Amino acid sequence: MVAEGNGGALIHARGLTKRFGSFTAVDAVDFDVQRGESFGFLGPNGAGKSSTMRMIGCVSPFDDGVLRILAMDPATDGPTIRGRLGVVPQEDTLDVELTVRENLLIYGRYFDLPRSVVRERADRLLEFVQLDHRANDRVEPLSGGLKRRLTIARALISEPELLLLDEPTTGLDPQARHAVWDRLYRLKQQGVTQVLTTHYMDEAEQLCDRLVVMDNGKIVAEGTPRDLITRYSTREVLEVRLPAAETTAAVTRFDGAADRVEVLPDRVLLYAHDGEAALSAVHALGVKPDFALVRRSTLEDVFLHLTGRSLTD
Amino acid sequence: MSSASVRSLQSWAYRYKRTWRGSAVSSVLQPVLFLAAMGLGLGSLVNRGHSRSLGGVSYLVFLAPALLAAAAMQTAAMEAAWPVMAAVKWLKTYDAMLATPLRVRDILAGHLTWIGVRILMVCTVFFVVMAAFGAIKSPEAVFLIPVGLLTGLAFAAPIAGYAVTLERDSGLTALFRFGVMPMFLFSGTFFPVSQLPVGLRPVAYITPLWHGVDLCRHLALGEASFLGSIAHVAYLLAWFVGGCLIANATYRRRLVQ
Ligand SMILES: Nc1ncnc2c1ncn2[C@@H]1O[C@H](COP(=O)(O)OP(=O)(O)OP(=O)(O)O)[C@@H](O)[C@H]1O
Ligand SMILES: [Mg+2]
Repeated sequence: MVAEGNGGALIHARGLTKRFGSFTAVDAVDFDVQRGESFGFLGPNGAGKSSTMRMIGCVSPFDDGVLRILAMDPATDGPTIRGRLGVVPQEDTLDVELTVRENLLIYGRYFDLPRSVVRERADRLLEFVQLDHRANDRVEPLSGGLKRRLTIARALISEPELLLLDEPTTGLDPQARHAVWDRLYRLKQQGVTQVLTTHYMDEAEQLCDRLVVMDNGKIVAEGTPRDLITRYSTREVLEVRLPAAETTAAVTRFDGAADRVEVLPDRVLLYAHDGEAALSAVHALGVKPDFALVRRSTLEDVFLHLTGRSLTD
Repeated sequence: MSSASVRSLQSWAYRYKRTWRGSAVSSVLQPVLFLAAMGLGLGSLVNRGHSRSLGGVSYLVFLAPALLAAAAMQTAAMEAAWPVMAAVKWLKTYDAMLATPLRVRDILAGHLTWIGVRILMVCTVFFVVMAAFGAIKSPEAVFLIPVGLLTGLAFAAPIAGYAVTLERDSGLTALFRFGVMPMFLFSGTFFPVSQLPVGLRPVAYITPLWHGVDLCRHLALGEASFLGSIAHVAYLLAWFVGGCLIANATYRRRLVQ
């Protein structure tokens, strides 16, 4: 049965709820993911991102609401749906005793692909994630970045229509992150629909066409990265660090200098269309910040506005 | 068996390829050492005494088929204990499988079948070593291999069902210390259960190992009765089937959250 009015969405969720005992990890969330788009779940630790991903991945039953994946019902068509998904879980589940290539061969067999097809795809995918030179090395000693790329290659062995990535770059160094982003961007160009979670703002801005911000199991905002920034932040942000004594009084003092002021433990953020103008206004108040920086607004600011907390806390 | 469980079975075979040499050596060495030390060495003392309580055969002939059943149990327990815990907890092998079209029951069936293959390997090697020691006295002894398999599976299924529930492996250490080891020693393997204190005999009789041991011993000597054999097989099957049902439930509870 195809849920009505979902316009052919690959994923259609309404009131989707997950409980662990009396605790509600995912609290009646609504979202649709269209074919070809990159859709993100952005949120801090414990927001319910992985729980949502596991429900989408048809490995975790949901307690309430509606969920349709590829127009099928996870409760009854789990194996069929999973056969058309590629999953990169938050924690690597590679077979560390085996070689890079063997990991792909074994995984491909779970999808009932003929051996010859799996072998051919394995070679192609190892090239794609630039691991072909390590094909016959054991997985165990590989760096986190290489393991992550192997996990991505493994998720692609069934040529999935929908790729689920749970924190694809958490814990990777900047170079490794960029390598992963680059591969994901190429996949997007090839038309692979991607759903990913992250708590990195820059990652969400880089990779997502559209995203939802999750907090405490709820979706608190939805839109394109640009939308969200326009809606919940200002064009620019002035960050200043003040002598400790002056910080608490900053909110009221700076009222006129910016549209909105956020006081963080270590700095004060002034949201304004024109950051330089805000800085002049601050100077005009006779305040000499220890440090001042004008930058463009990011999703971090959106999150801060929506939840009153900083994501990286 | 579904084709899906066959596919997950293949993955265990793949992993085994990395370690098969060591495991092959020990599955030959184990029976050779045991039969030489206990069967021949200790046996030479036993045979000098009253071997009538052994049914009038040499200690080697008495011991060897029972040891085959015990080896099946030990292989099953080893393969179903830590590897299952590793697959669910440390290496997350099961999680990787679950993200594919495989279902929980395919994963369980595939793993148990693989354990069955391992038991079969061990029993076959054991049988050959037994023959080399001249411990086979009857053509019926070929049934030792399938009976060994069944004895092993009667342990593998419930142990896998238990191992999948654990958070720490102290539960497995306890299982070996208080379950597998005492069974190995007291379920009629090394001496007849009739030598045990009367009160303890029923305990030995309810262990699946005793049924495997008794059936193997009778088969090896060519003295197995049809009804007696059926009863032993039925008892072992009940443990296997019951174990599978329990494991199916515990696997589901642990893996589907
Ligand atoms: N199997 C489980 N049993 C009980 N509680 C769980 C289980 N899995 C998750 N939770 C709880 O549900 C909440 C949401 O967890 P989830 O893993 O979905 O968060 P997340 O957004 O992915 O966080 P992170 O960024 O840390 O990965 C957390 O409070 C977590 O402790
Ligand atoms: Mg998570």
